[in-house]
Amino acid sequence: MPPSAAPALPDVTASDQALRRFLHGLPGVDAVGLDARAAALGTRSIKTTAKAYAIDLAISMIDLTTLEGADTPGKVRSLCAKGRNPDPSDRTAPSPAAICVYPDMVRVAKESLAGTDIQVASVATAFPAGRASREVKIADVREAVAAGADEIDMVIDRGAFLSGRYLKVFEEIAAVRECCERPSGGAARLKVIFENGELATYDNVRRASWLAMLAGADFIKTSTGKVAVNATPPNTLVMLEAVRDFRASTGRQVGVKPAGGIRTTKDAIKYLVMVNETLGDDWLSPRWFRFGASGLLNDLLMQRQKLSSGRYSGPDYVTVD
Amino acid sequence: MSTDRLSVLKTYKLFVGGKFPRSESGRVYEVTDAKGNWLANAPRSSRKDARDAVVAARKAFGGWSGATAYNRGQILYRVAEMLEGRREQFTAEVAAGEGLSKAKAAAQVDAAVDRWVWYAGWSDKIAQVAGGANPVAGPYFNLSTPEPTGVVAVLAPSDSSFLGLVSVLAPVIVTGNTAVVVPSESAPLPALSLGEVLATSDLPGGVVNLLSGSPAEIGRPLAAHQDVNAIDLAATAGDAELARELEVAAADNLKRVLRPEARADWQTTPGTDRMLAFLETKTVWHPMGGLGAGGSSY
Amino acid sequence: MTNDGFHGQNGVFAYAPAPESRSVVDIAPSYGLFIDGEFREAADGKVFKTLAPASEEVLSEVAQAGAADVDAAVAAARKAFTGWSALPGAERAKYLFRIARVIQERSRELAVLETLDNGKPIKESRDADLPLVAAHFFYYAGWADKLDHAGFGPAPRPVGVAGQVIPWNFPLLMLAWKIAPALACGNTVVLKPAETTPLSALFFADICRQAGLPRGVVNILTGDGATGAELVGHDGIDKVAFTGSTAVGKEIARTVAGTGKRLTLELGGKGANIVFDDAPIDQAVEGIVGGIFFNQGQVCCAGSRLLVQESIHDELLDALKRRLTTLRVGDPLDKNTDVGAINSAEQLARITELAEAGEAEGAERWSAPCELPSNGYWFAPTLFLGVSQAHRVAREEIFGPVLSVLTFRTPDEAVAKANNTPYGLSAGVWTEKGSRILAMAGRLRAGVVWANTFNKFDPTSPFGGYRESGFGREGGRHGLEAYLEH
Repeated sequence: MPPSAAPALPDVTASDQALRRFLHGLPGVDAVGLDARAAALGTRSIKTTAKAYAIDLAISMIDLTTLEGADTPGKVRSLCAKGRNPDPSDRTAPSPAAICVYPDMVRVAKESLAGTDIQVASVATAFPAGRASREVKIADVREAVAAGADEIDMVIDRGAFLSGRYLKVFEEIAAVRECCERPSGGAARLKVIFENGELATYDNVRRASWLAMLAGADFIKTSTGKVAVNATPPNTLVMLEAVRDFRASTGRQVGVKPAGGIRTTKDAIKYLVMVNETLGDDWLSPRWFRFGASGLLNDLLMQRQKLSSGRYSGPDYVTVD
Repeated sequence: MSTDRLSVLKTYKLFVGGKFPRSESGRVYEVTDAKGNWLANAPRSSRKDARDAVVAARKAFGGWSGATAYNRGQILYRVAEMLEGRREQFTAEVAAGEGLSKAKAAAQVDAAVDRWVWYAGWSDKIAQVAGGANPVAGPYFNLSTPEPTGVVAVLAPSDSSFLGLVSVLAPVIVTGNTAVVVPSESAPLPALSLGEVLATSDLPGGVVNLLSGSPAEIGRPLAAHQDVNAIDLAATAGDAELARELEVAAADNLKRVLRPEARADWQTTPGTDRMLAFLETKTVWHPMGGLGAGGSSY
Repeated sequence: MTNDGFHGQNGVFAYAPAPESRSVVDIAPSYGLFIDGEFREAADGKVFKTLAPASEEVLSEVAQAGAADVDAAVAAARKAFTGWSALPGAERAKYLFRIARVIQERSRELAVLETLDNGKPIKESRDADLPLVAAHFFYYAGWADKLDHAGFGPAPRPVGVAGQVIPWNFPLLMLAWKIAPALACGNTVVLKPAETTPLSALFFADICRQAGLPRGVVNILTGDGATGAELVGHDGIDKVAFTGSTAVGKEIARTVAGTGKRLTLELGGKGANIVFDDAPIDQAVEGIVGGIFFNQGQVCCAGSRLLVQESIHDELLDALKRRLTTLRVGDPLDKNTDVGAINSAEQLARITELAEAGEAEGAERWSAPCELPSNGYWFAPTLFLGVSQAHRVAREEIFGPVLSVLTFRTPDEAVAKANNTPYGLSAGVWTEKGSRILAMAGRLRAGVVWANTFNKFDPTSPFGGYRESGFGREGGRHGLEAYLEH
């Protein structure tokens, strides 16, 4: 078991039954109240200096992502170039936190980003469905880590979770976590993707959050971006509450990454407001909060240009990569 | 006059908490028939009797209001059944007290029995008529239900000692309230006899408490009593000054006040007003959520 | 560590001021009384000033109605009653629909006005008060031609002229609650807004004018308690409707006694918000916060007593305190303000006095650190911990942002404590156990019970109290009863 896997709560992970008792003993989530709270936070009005701050913060939190069957080394290099220099017309624009690719593209991304702070994140464990044997998933992770991935975005076995085999999910996360260790020391940071749209209820999202954190996740992530419902403000809010409560119980801080469907500056700012008012400053950094997105970056850049120039920008004034 | 047997006279007593006490004051007053002939001595209740009756009524409220509507209906119907077998006694008491012919008195008693039956049937229907679901503009289930207001002081009509009494008492208790009743001062005997019927009708003790005496004397402490939730001023019809005085006293704890009607008609089948006067509407909200993390607000 | 070199900024995400523009509302330097379709000065020429409680700035000067003005307004309403009550319901409905639409059109203006005159956050006047005001008129508009089906007999008649006195906490919403059902049923009204918040009612008079409402159907008399007493005591009215304090409500009940005037009262409360150990905690915290800090706690149905199961007391209080540190107190016109100004110096003094009593009686006082503006009337959101039923802060309505925290061990104890008050307006229950919700809802002696939510309002939902919280219901089908003879 990895060192950070919550030794504070060892007995709750001993069996499916023990895990069920623990996870089902977490406070329930009232869906209407949760939706209302997320919507209320969405009405915050973020203007002028606060908006400028939020835009740059949001850009710095992006995991700029390409996860397509048609990905090529050229496409990945182009995305990395965008990461290195998001706005050619304004060098003060910050870079995103990471470039997120499939495992076979990690090496290309790593080379393209050499000399920058930009992390390379790789999805793994038979992303996005996760329907493969443990061995295949582990091999997937090992390949990505060996290729130099700084971060691993794994998917949980939703089938196991929904059928109550919590221990299987727990052990798989713990096993992946072990594979994130590098022989040279250090470890890739592990993001655990739940696919909230498939877990279906907020109670499940809260349980999955605790399960992943107990198993050693460094980050918990809403979704793959490949199903109909991805990150939403309320399902992300449940996860923010979970990392807050987990740190209060165990002392260990875990990051949160909403992914999929966050396309506009307005959306991104709503998420930052949620982080700010649920977790506070401690999480307002790319180390603890990320956006899994691609199109979002250009909208943030256009808004950034508008703030500095005073006029509205257009899609031809940001680069398409 | 028959001489072979001396009749056994009844000592009329109060009905409080399911028991038949005398007035704590030890006072009685002469009840006469319409021609002034002595009928009986009735207890003249005091403010302390009123106090005791309110305690009994309050104590009974939880159980009675918590009983199922079906159960309350059964008990009210049982009252009608018990009365049916004692029609002659009540007819005689009404005839004597109100100076009515036997036929007219019998009609009053029959109507009173029928009124119990009528109200008995309301027990499990009034909530459907007076309550219901409210279609609020949001993800909430919202339901209004009528609930009994609590302890109701009933100053029963002075001119209709039995039918009037039943007409004001049944609507109070059918919905789960408990009652402290001051019957007609001049003709209290049917009311006191009704206590004997109620005591044998499975009605829990304290649900109905009967205090004979002066409505003005007993009404004042009841109107001012902080643990009485509502008051029916039927007895004050024709005494505007007393009605005003009691309504002013009732304002101290904001009792629900049912004012007297100028010309009450006890014969016609009533509407729901007398029940609604002593019902509170409680509205309960509960979220009716989407089923989860899936389709959300954005 | 390779992961540490992030280039993002680390700083405080401080929201810049986001003020709503005042320019959408044009407040005249003075206003008269609205009688018989026209504005006129008070007969004796008396006026008083209305302030912005957030700044103590004088917003306008309004007429102080006296006995002669009450006479004139009641006479105008009586004269208008004949025609208005004889109109087909469908025609009355159309007037009310018009009013609802004009309110929607002017809702931004009215929200800013309400926030200026009352001190409540623009977020609330914009997202709660104004939408509910318009919805209330829409709802009752639809009843005007359907009264035969409302369950009050085949052809229910209007009561006549209604004298209506409303409070300052939701000035326009309380006006809507009073005027919409009265007009739908065919009554005419004389309404007196609260002394400290007269402006939105005067703007409503202008809305009546825009909607073409016949003269005298709605009359607005500004003034103080003396004006209100003149109105409810006036022989020419048939019906009194009052929302306000229990003390004044009792006084009105005494005034009305023996007159035969119909009466409905919506008065004070000391609502219990009951949190069980199996509650959805995060939503419960929001419900507690909304329950007592919405509108600065100046809400008759506020959840001003938190009854928390002892087993989760510490956990819940930690969460609650953490949440209170994120409340933004300040300029009510700032769109990000959560808690605005107290409505008046008088109200602030009352809150202050009761809070001091709470401390003196030994309860532990806690407030999140917050800077209050130097002008205006302000009170920081406050908790009192370790409160018992005997404390004044547990018994008396504070009508301010002050929450008394008590504990219980069992459901029976929760019910007993919740009901242990002369009031009976609202209660909250938080538990994930359905059977317990229904059992609790059944036993709580309160006119509205919010289960796993709090402070929700809707025009279709009857609202009103048990016991000393008043009688009669406003909203829904039930709300028609007060304005119909049956």
